Amino acid sequence: MHSTASDGGPGAAPAPDAHADPSRTPLRDTADNGLKIVIVGGFGVGKTTMVRSVSEIRPLSTEETMTRAGVGVDDPSGVEAKSTTTVAFDFGRISINDSTVLYLFGAPGQERFWFLWDRLFAGTLGAVVLVDTRRLDDSWYAIDRLEAHGMPFIVAVNDFGGPQHTLEQVREALDLSPEIPLVACDARDRKSSKSVLISLAHHLYSLSAPHETVKAAP
Amino acid sequence: MRLGPDDDPDRLYTVTGGRSRAADDLNLDLVTLIVSECDPAPGMQSEHVRILSMCRHPMAVVEVSAELRMPVSVVRILLSDLLDSGKVTARHPRPVTAAHLPDTDLLKEVLDALHRL
Ligand SMILES: Nc1nc2c(ncn2[C@@H]2O[C@H](COP(=O)(O)OP(=O)(O)O)[C@@H](O)[C@H]2O)c(=O)[nH]1
Ligand SMILES: [Mg+2]
Repeated sequence: MHSTASDGGPGAAPAPDAHADPSRTPLRDTADNGLKIVIVGGFGVGKTTMVRSVSEIRPLSTEETMTRAGVGVDDPSGVEAKSTTTVAFDFGRISINDSTVLYLFGAPGQERFWFLWDRLFAGTLGAVVLVDTRRLDDSWYAIDRLEAHGMPFIVAVNDFGGPQHTLEQVREALDLSPEIPLVACDARDRKSSKSVLISLAHHLYSLSAPHETVKAAP
Repeated sequence: MRLGPDDDPDRLYTVTGGRSRAADDLNLDLVTLIVSECDPAPGMQSEHVRILSMCRHPMAVVEVSAELRMPVSVVRILLSDLLDSGKVTARHPRPVTAAHLPDTDLLKEVLDALHRL
């Protein structure tokens, strides 16, 4: 059995020649520490758009597969059946300094994706749950799983121009505890996407150093 | 990446010599940076040749996977061969603590870089 949790929105597939693009900027030779941040949310919520808005490279996409053994229900011989789960995701990159580079992943939040979480995203700094208010159900599950994994996260509401909801209404609808930051954004806008990541970094900072406040940016 | 005609499971089986999962223990993170330690040589498996050319500058495991259009697990196996024979080296991410919290100096660096974007 094949099942595919695809992040293949219209923006997900790279241009046909993307993999042959000679102009892709290589990392500095001094780079030695990769960091991960994950943007998670339902199909079409704007994950790829947000990655593209802030990445220094054009987003690339790839996939991971996992084969799990299970007993074939329909197979009277009881022989083990294998099911293969494939998860597609995309990513971009932001150089932090000479040694550190931040990878930004856009990943689907569907149920089967979470089987691969540990294999792909163990050691992630934090996550952004990207929310479309027209489809809040997609977000509940992601929030639940992130909490279960003990992964720090914030929630960003992507504005698709539908009926306006205040952030308080969204917080209530998502049953989000008060200490989790909730921000509005437009994933198409670089400044807006950048400020989502800054909110996440502030949140991580406040968790790491509860008694310090980070200095305002210059 | 979508599996194309060139990327059927049989081919993936072939490029990894039929192994699977063996490299899981190898602890190659998506963002482990791979660096070539030698040039490709005649007779090498074509995927190894491509990896050695790609990784002249550091490149994350996930980027290698995207460029080769192969699933991460397959790329981990290919890379483990090259690591075993010393043809590439790996720069592993510094671990975050058990509580998932990175140190505040690192977070300050991240914040500064984001503000500069
Ligand atoms: N109106 C509006 N459209 C958006 C926004 N963000 C993304 N989109 C559009 O929504 C569609 C799906 O976005 P995409 O990034 O591919 O979603 P993904 O499936 O989560 O990766 C694209 O056509 C985007 O241009 C937003 O903030 N506002
Ligand atoms: Mg997408």
